[in-house]
Amino acid sequence: MTLDIFLQHLLNALQWGSFYALIALGYTMVYGVLLLINFAHGDIFMVGAYVGLFIATFLLGQYALRLPFTLPSWAVLALTIVGSMILTAGLGVFIERVAYRPLRDRGASRLYVVISALMVGILLEYLNLAAFGAADRGFPQLIRKQIYTVGGVSFTNVKIIVIGLAILVMIGLQLIVRHTKVGMAMRATSFDKVAVPLMGISTNRIITASFTLGSSLAALAGIMFGTAYEVISFDMGIFVGWKAFICAVVGGIGDIRGAMVGGFILGFIEIFVVALGQFSGFEWLSSTYRDLVAFSILLVFLTFRPTGIFGVARRQKV
Amino acid sequence: MRRHSLPLIVVGLFVLTIGGSWLGILDAYVQLVLFYVGINIILTVSLNLVNGYMGEFSCGHAGFMAVGAYVSGILTVWLFAEDSVFGLPILPIGWAIPLFPIILIIGSIAAALVGLLIAIPSFRTRGDYLAIISLAVNYIVVSAITNMEVIGGSRGFVGMKRVMNAMGDVFDAPWLLIWTFVGIIATILIIHNFVSSTLGKGVEAIREDEIAAEIMGVNTRRTKVMTFMLSCGLAGLAGGMFAHWPGGYINPLMFFILRSTEVMVMVYLGGMGSISGSIISAILFTVLLEWLRPLGVFKWVVIPLLFIVMMLYRPQGIMGSSELTDVLPRLQTLLRADKEVKDNAPASD
Repeated sequence: MTLDIFLQHLLNALQWGSFYALIALGYTMVYGVLLLINFAHGDIFMVGAYVGLFIATFLLGQYALRLPFTLPSWAVLALTIVGSMILTAGLGVFIERVAYRPLRDRGASRLYVVISALMVGILLEYLNLAAFGAADRGFPQLIRKQIYTVGGVSFTNVKIIVIGLAILVMIGLQLIVRHTKVGMAMRATSFDKVAVPLMGISTNRIITASFTLGSSLAALAGIMFGTAYEVISFDMGIFVGWKAFICAVVGGIGDIRGAMVGGFILGFIEIFVVALGQFSGFEWLSSTYRDLVAFSILLVFLTFRPTGIFGVARRQKV
Repeated sequence: MRRHSLPLIVVGLFVLTIGGSWLGILDAYVQLVLFYVGINIILTVSLNLVNGYMGEFSCGHAGFMAVGAYVSGILTVWLFAEDSVFGLPILPIGWAIPLFPIILIIGSIAAALVGLLIAIPSFRTRGDYLAIISLAVNYIVVSAITNMEVIGGSRGFVGMKRVMNAMGDVFDAPWLLIWTFVGIIATILIIHNFVSSTLGKGVEAIREDEIAAEIMGVNTRRTKVMTFMLSCGLAGLAGGMFAHWPGGYINPLMFFILRSTEVMVMVYLGGMGSISGSIISAILFTVLLEWLRPLGVFKWVVIPLLFIVMMLYRPQGIMGSSELTDVLPRLQTLLRADKEVKDNAPASD
């Protein structure tokens, strides 16, 4: 594998990993605060992409009801991202209020909440299927694609924007969690759930905050996904979302850096499994082996380091 | 009379379902639904052992079902059918009738071994890691089967139907339903006896407090691994039966995450740690699925909504952790002592 081909795949892997990382952040934040595997999160990512699709097509004037003026393309992009993030965050918080919080208030075991989450995921997915059909949907080109070539490596501006945005968001999130009061409260909640309410912090508010953040990041990932691949489908929540959960575990669930690293690791594995298949000696390695190899590596990894990369083993004490 | 009431009920149900199918009183559709009910009962009761009694969280049950399905499906075709890959049948078709249960058992042993492979790493650590590892195994199994072109890959594996038809030609009986019935009874007996045994009490102790259980002398690691293997093996048994369903083919996507989710839903609907609850919920859920079939896609909108609402008002499921005998004491006197109640559920609708 020559250097330019390697760099080419590296860029693809970074882009692919960005989606995983952005979604994994939502899983890991909710898990950190609630110890809940929010299985609906993958489908929230899907909903985010669809909301983005509808906002964008509306702003571009493709419906009967249209704006009296045309917006510049950067404004469409910005409004789509912001609108979808707000609406999807609203959905995430709504789900938490309606399906999870009542269960928590009754003191039900968290396994029941997990089942509720699974059900919410299926509901979102099939509501979408019932409303908009099974066909893939084209996503409008919000960013005019341009191809650059530097030293044999060609890349689009979309790819750079996706990767850059993902990294920016992660830095921003790290700043929020490390340096704001809400972030401090989040870390405190994941550290000790009993002591936090005693300190005068409303746990419910912290939970709402983490659902808001997680869902809006999923929406961002959804729009970026649509922009990069120009096609979205009702089942992308399963095929991308569930894997993002695995990224979160590999990184050490509950840890924000872990979610990012885990996302990029899975992105690298998947892209390079497919890439290796193009070289002599590896012809048997067709792209259908992607899931098999990726998950086998993860399984081996978790066998030797079950707490993930950044996870700290919790000693059980009597 | 009372002493025999439980065997009598079992025999009665057997006559009702198998006899009904044999004589053609129950049409093919009802037989198929009965078969689905049977498969789902085995899956639900076996998953309940891990998720309910042991308090772990396994969410890749369909993966083990796939192992059982493919192993026994391939064995059936290899031994008894002419196939483009496996060549001429090895044994005369007459042998299929006595060997069929053995094939099912081999399938379930294969599933249990796969269960062992993942039980060893996953039970060294905290509970949630079984969730992720079983999920990964579900992906791996489905992906591995998809990549095996020899057994059809993503197109699926066929040929079991010919053997089943040939078995029917040798001696006309609803063989699949008979073995499904036997499988259900065996599963329920195994799980019930397991849970009531010392080992089973250890399993429940692990759920309540693992460290305390360890101190009281429960070999927690061995108990967990054995319980998980048993659960996986029974899932493999259900898979083996499913491979021989009248549709005549299996493909990897039948055993994907939606299937695992269905089984999980049935466990929680019935109540964690209740065998009779699992049976009732498997029956209710399967019938509900069939009943809502005309709704098409909306079926999967209605069902999750029902469940979310149910979770809000009765999160512990239909039975909670109690058995039918606890709820209806008169049933207990009817069945004497602590006999399992499974068969009172309306299996023969």
